[in-house]
Amino acid sequence: MSAKKTPLYDRHIAAGGNVVDYAGWMLPVDYVGLKEEHKAVRENVGLFDVSHMGEFDVKGKEALKFLNYVCSNDFSKAADGQIVYTMLCNENGGIIDDLLVYKYNNEHFLMVPNAANTEKDYNHLIKYVKDYDVEFNNISDNVGEVAIQGPNSQKVLQKLVDFDLDQIKYYHFVDDIDYKGHKLLISRTGYTGEDGFEVYTTPEGIQQVWDDLLEIGKEFELQLCGLGCRDTLRFEASMPLYGNEMGDDISPLEAGLKFAVKFDKDDFIGKAALEKELAEGPKRKIIGLEMEDKRIPRHGYEIQKDGKKIGVITTGYLSPTLNRRLANVLIDIDEAVIGNEVDVIVRNKVSKAKIISKKFMK
Amino acid sequence: MNVEKGLLYTKDHEWVKVEGDTAYIGIADFAQSNLGDIVYVELPEEDDEVSAKDSIASVESVKAAAEVFSPVDGTVVEINEDLDDDPGLLNKAPYEHWIAKVELSDKSQLDELMNDAEYTDFLKEA
Repeated sequence: MSAKKTPLYDRHIAAGGNVVDYAGWMLPVDYVGLKEEHKAVRENVGLFDVSHMGEFDVKGKEALKFLNYVCSNDFSKAADGQIVYTMLCNENGGIIDDLLVYKYNNEHFLMVPNAANTEKDYNHLIKYVKDYDVEFNNISDNVGEVAIQGPNSQKVLQKLVDFDLDQIKYYHFVDDIDYKGHKLLISRTGYTGEDGFEVYTTPEGIQQVWDDLLEIGKEFELQLCGLGCRDTLRFEASMPLYGNEMGDDISPLEAGLKFAVKFDKDDFIGKAALEKELAEGPKRKIIGLEMEDKRIPRHGYEIQKDGKKIGVITTGYLSPTLNRRLANVLIDIDEAVIGNEVDVIVRNKVSKAKIISKKFMK
Repeated sequence: MNVEKGLLYTKDHEWVKVEGDTAYIGIADFAQSNLGDIVYVELPEEDDEVSAKDSIASVESVKAAAEVFSPVDGTVVEINEDLDDDPGLLNKAPYEHWIAKVELSDKSQLDELMNDAEYTDFLKEA
């Protein structure tokens, strides 16, 4: 088996996780069932192994200049200790990846790419590094990461660390938190739509953190969670996923991510193409959809109007929290109107559906 | 993984129970376990003519949709409408809840299916 193992692999097996090859990583889809784990994060607290995520360390005099050129967002306005969501775009304005950038200061940043894109991002970025006074290192193999998510996540994590977590605001982080000889980076982030934290440290350190969180978590009925509910949670919370709502041929404007593209900064990769698209208006758009029968919309299903293809489903589920058959769709801009009636082709049969806002939880 | 004695099985993890000329078709424990929480079953229609390897139903969990293939040629004579109201029955007791009853048009096709012992070996190899 060629799939990589995270530092917590043995623990997933021991805990009865349903471990599968997930984009090249052996990770649990679930432990006790996707629905139960999903509910635990919405209502209580869940713990995820996200050690498969990548990490690039960017250090040097021109770190800010480098990142502002290769990313769509602007890091000059971010405070030290702040985290910024950004795209890496190609010259055509398509999305190579979406990622978080942790700003220590103007000369030091940490980039966190999607696991499946880490190598692709690295090979893309390394082409530009030589033009800047920066050190750029892929440190992914030296970092373990867990996400503790849900309304009670702070209570649990607070029992672990001797640091007042109230001091970490949403999308901010603190580094150098000492824990049993391990150095932790803690951020108030996550991809579930709930309050929560992510903890980064060494592979050995993350094993200690995992074991201790499980012990502390007993009192709170902390639930171990697999990747299955991570996807349903992020979907309900209208957070896009690379490979679904984003791709090399989908632009941030189509994906509804214009907020992470700063046209008023200096030149950046993809700027010219995105400016043109902005002036002309995007031709497609990601929007929500709800089925009007009992069939469940799924990634890849075609959307039609009067027998003609107008789009495709990017993600679809029977939403565990809302119990509604919901989807994100990428469709022609003229059809992306709330209330619009469309057909979804499910196993060669036509199902009626309606275009709705993608903010399902609101 | 539970393998019910006395049933026939396919490589796609359907089970078949034969009574006279009628085949009851369901999904094996392995299939429901792999799918996880089943939230929807799309049933065939009565009087549908089916051929072996045709998709006759879809079983959907929160995360995925899986096709159920007919192991035999025949005509759908009855569907299990209980699954419409409570798809999770397939998780709870996969061998108690059939999906469709098919009237066999060629009983010799049954010879190509695995018995429980053969299916148990098949699961071990998979």
